[in-house]
Amino acid sequence: MELFNPERWAATLANTDLLWQGFLFTIEVSLAGLLVSLLVGTLLGVFSTTQSRVLRGISRVYVEFFQNTPIVVQVFFVYTAGPMLLQAITGAEHVVRIAPFVLVVICVGLYHGAYVAEVIRTGIEAIPRGQMEGAQSQGFTRVQAYRYVILPQTFRIILPPLANQALNLVKNTSVLALIAGGDLMYQADILVADSGYLQGYIVCCAMYFLICFPIAMLVTWLEKRSRAPRKARRTATAGATEAEV
Amino acid sequence: MGVFTASNVAFMLQGLLNTIVISAASIVLSIAFGTLLALTKSYCRGRWSWLRWLVTAYIELFRCTPNLLWILIFRFTVQGDNILVSILTFTVFTSAVMAEIVRGGLNALPKGQFEAAQSQGFGFVDTMRLVVLPQAFKMIVPALFSQCTTVIKDTSYLRGIDVHEFMRNSAVVMGQASTLPQILLLYGFVLLTYFVLNFAISLAVRAYQRRSAAA
Repeated sequence: MELFNPERWAATLANTDLLWQGFLFTIEVSLAGLLVSLLVGTLLGVFSTTQSRVLRGISRVYVEFFQNTPIVVQVFFVYTAGPMLLQAITGAEHVVRIAPFVLVVICVGLYHGAYVAEVIRTGIEAIPRGQMEGAQSQGFTRVQAYRYVILPQTFRIILPPLANQALNLVKNTSVLALIAGGDLMYQADILVADSGYLQGYIVCCAMYFLICFPIAMLVTWLEKRSRAPRKARRTATAGATEAEV
Repeated sequence: MGVFTASNVAFMLQGLLNTIVISAASIVLSIAFGTLLALTKSYCRGRWSWLRWLVTAYIELFRCTPNLLWILIFRFTVQGDNILVSILTFTVFTSAVMAEIVRGGLNALPKGQFEAAQSQGFGFVDTMRLVVLPQAFKMIVPALFSQCTTVIKDTSYLRGIDVHEFMRNSAVVMGQASTLPQILLLYGFVLLTYFVLNFAISLAVRAYQRRSAAA
């Protein structure tokens, strides 16, 4: 079996410099993209819970557009038409080149921003109004009510799906490979094309796993935690009763 | 506009047809295979525990690696018709997602359903077929459909290996476009087509949810 051919493994493992470079690039793109998607998503998520019809409309249209069209098409649109559009807008002499890093950070950020927006919206809507009123009637100030009552509940709801979006975002940065962007997927494809050995893809697979598996574990842990009944902070007496049971 | 000739449009629609065929076939197959995986992960105990671990490893592997990687790996290792290999590839990694969705439905069912069915003398297969799975599937309809949208969108990754799907065929036509308006119009057409297809699915889900909420 060629899969276990030691020479092919040796040849592949001796050539992993570019793969590690791509590995780091993928992490950088993912972090920057995640930041953009959180900003865009939080803004639009809050928009969708306001009283303003216009803001709600903007949020709705944005989310529907980005959730119902492929990120590959969006990336190619920006890749092909973006430089020409920028030229037309700025009146530059030549087409304005967009660096693959910037291009994919923006695309991935906007695309996953739509999903983040939906997560934030559900998180906000899930907390009944009575929680704020109840907290305030107990003498909490508004800030205290957010700090101790509202936000802890919101985070319990939104953190698992947010982490899941982070996971999908990392995987979607592989779209960079289609526009020769220098990420992990691209470097692996080049290596395999050069050597003709499948081993390059397997190493690439392991590297993606290295990034994504901890995030997947985080998702599982957060899901378990958000399902578990909320424990009151343990006091001495509560500790004692728990021990007795 | 110069690029929207009859033959170009027909060529793009041929690609759309392939996109739909690949998506539909891999969705149906991955729901079937995913259900099998979910049942294995949920109910294999004792002597068969190793199967449960195998399935868990399978699910985590595909959950933690990009689809494009598997598209490239299958292109490299499996010989055969482009479309069929694409269906196989999409079935393999979509099954992992489907398994997790089905498992969500199984977990949400009260344990009493299982116990009641067994106390009535149903065997494992009948319990699953007649009691557990029908109820579990009813609960996961929205998640299943949103996964359909994901599959349709992700088939555009197949452009990377030159499968004649919608995005790839449209890209070929775009090779003839030279001016900005032509390019914008073509992308508008492509985006709108994907949008209509996927939005129709999400409208159907919402209608279903309203109907089941009313019932």
